[in-house]
Amino acid sequence: MTAEIITGAEIAIRCLQKENVKFVFGYPGGAVLNIYDAIFQQKSFKHVLVRHEQAAVHAADAYSRATGDVGVALVTSGPGATNAVTGIATAHMDSIPIVIISGQVPTHAIGQDAFQECDTVGITRPCVKHNFLVKDVKDIASTIKKAFYLAATGRPGPVLVDIPKDITAETTEFIYPKNVSLRSYNPVKQGHSGQINKALDLLINAQKPMVYSGGGVVLGNASDALTEFVKLLGFPITNTLMGLGGFPASHENFLGMLGMHGTYQANMAMQECDVLLAVGARFDDRVIGNPDHFLATPKKIIHIDIDPASISKRVKIDIPIVGDVKLVLEDLISAFKALKSNSTNNLISDWLKTIDLWKQKDCMSFQDDGTQIKPQKVIQKLHEVTNGDAFITSDVGQHQMWAAQYYPFDKPRRWINSGGLGTMGVGLPYAMGCQLAFPDSQVACVTGEASIQMCIQELSTCKQFNLPVKIVNLNNRYMGMVRQWQEFFYGNRYAESYMDALPDFVKLAESYGHVGMKIENSSDIEGALKEAFSPKLKERLVFLDFITDQTENVFPMVASGKGLSEMILADDAEDL
Amino acid sequence: MRHIISLLMENEAGALSRVSGLFSARGYNIESLSVAPTEDQSLSRMTIVTSGSDQIIEQIIKQLNKLIDVVKVLDLHDGDHIERELVLVKVKANKQYRDEVQQLSNSYGGRIIDSSENILTIEFTGTSTELDNYLKSLNNSFVVEIVRTGASGIGRGDRILKI
Repeated sequence: MTAEIITGAEIAIRCLQKENVKFVFGYPGGAVLNIYDAIFQQKSFKHVLVRHEQAAVHAADAYSRATGDVGVALVTSGPGATNAVTGIATAHMDSIPIVIISGQVPTHAIGQDAFQECDTVGITRPCVKHNFLVKDVKDIASTIKKAFYLAATGRPGPVLVDIPKDITAETTEFIYPKNVSLRSYNPVKQGHSGQINKALDLLINAQKPMVYSGGGVVLGNASDALTEFVKLLGFPITNTLMGLGGFPASHENFLGMLGMHGTYQANMAMQECDVLLAVGARFDDRVIGNPDHFLATPKKIIHIDIDPASISKRVKIDIPIVGDVKLVLEDLISAFKALKSNSTNNLISDWLKTIDLWKQKDCMSFQDDGTQIKPQKVIQKLHEVTNGDAFITSDVGQHQMWAAQYYPFDKPRRWINSGGLGTMGVGLPYAMGCQLAFPDSQVACVTGEASIQMCIQELSTCKQFNLPVKIVNLNNRYMGMVRQWQEFFYGNRYAESYMDALPDFVKLAESYGHVGMKIENSSDIEGALKEAFSPKLKERLVFLDFITDQTENVFPMVASGKGLSEMILADDAEDL
Repeated sequence: MRHIISLLMENEAGALSRVSGLFSARGYNIESLSVAPTEDQSLSRMTIVTSGSDQIIEQIIKQLNKLIDVVKVLDLHDGDHIERELVLVKVKANKQYRDEVQQLSNSYGGRIIDSSENILTIEFTGTSTELDNYLKSLNNSFVVEIVRTGASGIGRGDRILKI
């Protein structure tokens, strides 16, 4: 039987169907008109029309973060592709599997400086896992197959497929390959058993052990395995910003987030431990601060990661285990159970007492006399009102840190934020991706008045697709984190960090057809949140504009370049 | 420490820029880079001369391996290897200097591959250090043009980079 002869555009659509894609986030334009025409004539997936290509990629990225599936974005050539770059770089830094299909000018026009031409493959090369320019209609199917395979396997990441317009009009047989094999790409899955045994030996003999896990645990669907292993060991554990939810925050072994704005106990335990188990984390500058200072306290480090290049990149590792974190953790669990050893509890009892003393610092407490809205309190109330079970997206800045600190996550894939690139503007499109993936779940976007304005146009998309996201705007009339650094390190010279000429967010929300609320009193926080999440407003997007204390800062804080244990606590801040 | 890294990669458009882009994006040194197709039409072989601490070189190798188009990477520095580089030198060779240049080339093993009334072009092959020494021996004021290819390398004996 011969295969059906169809156009390149139709092939692209069929490929997405074969990959079980449910949503394509995109924006049409000249170079992708053939593809859009094919989309118009299909019913297997829904196209979500965003208002800016950056948001298309962010929404596809969030869809992937929330579900674990590959997200898909579709943009046109030239400005469509360049607008997408911020989204692609954001996904790349956090290793999120997405496929971006971009239109390109016709092959004969490439290199002629044609209308809406840019070298998309060249521009995106440093911020994708891989990219392709398809030059023959016969290659579309195999290339898209490869793109999905590369995006989702190994260390995941964005893969871009650039398709010239003439290629989408040409016709050929549609044959979707069943398998992909690339001689140059064979990610390791199983960890080395010798290394696993060495690691276990180190762990069970540790006196001051610590577990530190990152986004790799969430991406690798390894949180059950991690939770089981940590419970078996009885060790304390911390999560990075990207790893929150990888271990249940309500568990007694959890010390909170670590890093620049981590808890006192997590950072001290990281610094002072004698054996550190790092799982799917990469020792980045915001997490361990100054690496020399970090290593000044002697410790043995075990590092489990799927990416060999992550190992010994910033910190020399004693026992590297390259492999899929879930499989490696499962092997560790079996090996541990085979030992039938329960003696670790005795060895570490002094260590646990020390940690308890650190906890008594109560580093997360904040002053609240009820006269102004404290942003931390808003997050705490959000946690209460949503029973700790909402999808929380955030933008970037102080509000992001407060959300990470004061909304304890018990499940993975509930905390959706831009950790690596730190992209302001992701919050609202991230909420769209989550809400589309889970239409019946509560989705809140924690943001600030600066970040939200970077993708505010997506309020329109939310209206069109009836996305009842709750926007929690912590409005302090400052770019809060910039202001905080200027206060601490630049002698209170607040250069350009003041948000003047703010819109009336209530009216703005209303003009898009949404519900707006302005909350100015601390006593109204809970009521407003309850109303926003009430059955009455279940179907509506609600923009909650909380007018917060302008001078509130995020504590604890490890200043840039400082050691992890050199924290500024809220109590010390007055001495600065 | 100077290292010479050999790699095989898919012979595809853009593969070279993925490698050169990696070096510039991550701030790695690149002393020379040469690339050409191999006996297998689908593969190119690249030789990169770079320098850095052991930790940096380890990262370079890992990052190169991470590129999807890169099939195999070998740090030739890890074992016995042979290294060769070619230089073409054009010198002003008037009557007075001509004999000296010819003698010098002969003694170093260079070959005169083109000569005109006032110009001699010499081809010289050797290790990069040998090239340096040879070029130093020439009177700078007579040198008109120098073209170096960058080093190529190959393992000794049965040390083979092949898929």
